[in-house]
Amino acid sequence: MIEFLMSFWQTYNTLFYTIMVHGMLALSIYITLACGQLSLGNAAFMGIGAYTAALFTMKLNAPFGLALLAGGMLPAFVALIIGAPTLRLSGVYLAMATLGFGEVVRVVFLNISITGGSVGLNGVPPKTELWHLFLVMGVLIYFFLKLKNSRFGRAMEAIREDEVAASVMGIKTTWFKVWAFAIGAFIAGIAGGLNAHFTFFLSPREYGFDFAVDILTFAILGGTGTFWGPLVGSTILTIMPEMLRFIGPYRLALNGLILVLVVIYLPNGIITVKKKD
Amino acid sequence: MLQLENIIKDFGGLRVLDSLSLQVEEGLIFGLIGPNGAGKTTLFNIISGLSRPTNGQVIFNGTDITHFSPSSIAARGMGRTFQNIRIFKELSLLENVLAGMHCLYTYSPVAMLLNLPIQRQEEKVMREKAMEILDIFHLTGKAQRQAESLSYGEQRKLELARALATSPKLILVDEPAAGMNPSETEELMGEIVQINNRGYTICLIEHDMKFVMGLCQQVAVLNFGKLIALGTPEQVKCNPLVIEAYLGKDAC
Repeated sequence: MIEFLMSFWQTYNTLFYTIMVHGMLALSIYITLACGQLSLGNAAFMGIGAYTAALFTMKLNAPFGLALLAGGMLPAFVALIIGAPTLRLSGVYLAMATLGFGEVVRVVFLNISITGGSVGLNGVPPKTELWHLFLVMGVLIYFFLKLKNSRFGRAMEAIREDEVAASVMGIKTTWFKVWAFAIGAFIAGIAGGLNAHFTFFLSPREYGFDFAVDILTFAILGGTGTFWGPLVGSTILTIMPEMLRFIGPYRLALNGLILVLVVIYLPNGIITVKKKD
Repeated sequence: MLQLENIIKDFGGLRVLDSLSLQVEEGLIFGLIGPNGAGKTTLFNIISGLSRPTNGQVIFNGTDITHFSPSSIAARGMGRTFQNIRIFKELSLLENVLAGMHCLYTYSPVAMLLNLPIQRQEEKVMREKAMEILDIFHLTGKAQRQAESLSYGEQRKLELARALATSPKLILVDEPAAGMNPSETEELMGEIVQINNRGYTICLIEHDMKFVMGLCQQVAVLNFGKLIALGTPEQVKCNPLVIEAYLGKDAC
């Protein structure tokens, strides 16, 4: 039995690590969705965090904690710069700006020498341990639990429901949207740093538009009514391709089919919050 | 309390408000009437900061708020409701009112994260206050329900409750009785008087003349963006300009 568990863990520990990282990314987009804003830049923020943290440990020999912190701070700072002008407007402007931003980041990674260009960064030291992932995830869950029933969480829900009505309640809508976006970028950056230190290898291709959409799918599939939704969504979407391995070459098609069915029959996501009515 | 000076608003080539000057005294129930398209809601949008006048000034309690953001105007004590109901549909009634109280809260994000006593204390006090406000509108029994499940008339009342929750000095109420049946309208009149008696100044737009004439101490009539009459309901009712533009001969 113990032997079985050991070999199971050996085979699947990377999958488990990936589930945790994808969970963090799903939360990073959830916090902007909770303000009614769509960010397509979270893959890019993850990339900035991954490269920053990796360069800190590789070139500066910085302690892992410091590297992760830097990997969170830089994307958050960049998010403040992009967010401050675009989030003053209501509507789809953040989606448009982050869509472009994601491309810019990818091309920058491809062309500057410190990130290794198209070759990427090789030999990132393996520093991420299981307890790091649990710790970060634990802190995030605590944060979202506290946010939920606080005045800040309510203000965000109000903005999502009706931005104009929220503003005449005295809620500073731009302030909330910008901070939610920056906190999301911070979370994505930390997730990127953690990810970089167990995959050992970074390439600009990993942080492109496709992955930005994947992150969005995590949240939408799970449901955006509560933060548990994105966590469930990301877990299912990370495990499913592995579970479907037995059907061989058609697994991605089946994967897509399941997604379509979920969207048709559970338009609000898998986890829906039901209030009394 | 509220002073409008020479407000002009153009939408492209169309002058929606034309050199409008008005004053709303503290403690009043002030009515704003006029035919559709006269510029009433536009004026509300300008007062609450959702839209900027082309020219002119809005002075609220001695401060020129013409270029303030909606949220800072709200924080200075102006609440409002909308003609097309804009409650937070997916939140409960209680959460709607609590969201309205946003500016009354003082605790910081740190207090939230550490669950400090100040947070628990404030949340408790605010919840009690919110229930008191819901009680004015006889909605306490439904406090935990989702706002969307309310009837149309109740949704209007919830919106008014939420506006009241911001603890405003002046409340702008846009067509509160629209879509209500006569008994709901009657009830609403009682509730508005009750709010006014608690010291809130109210400025309302309404087409139901029984409602306006029964409630308001002062009425302003707009037509094509111009103020055509101002006075007590009796004075306004028999003003020939008003009869021609809006009320018709039988009103007087």
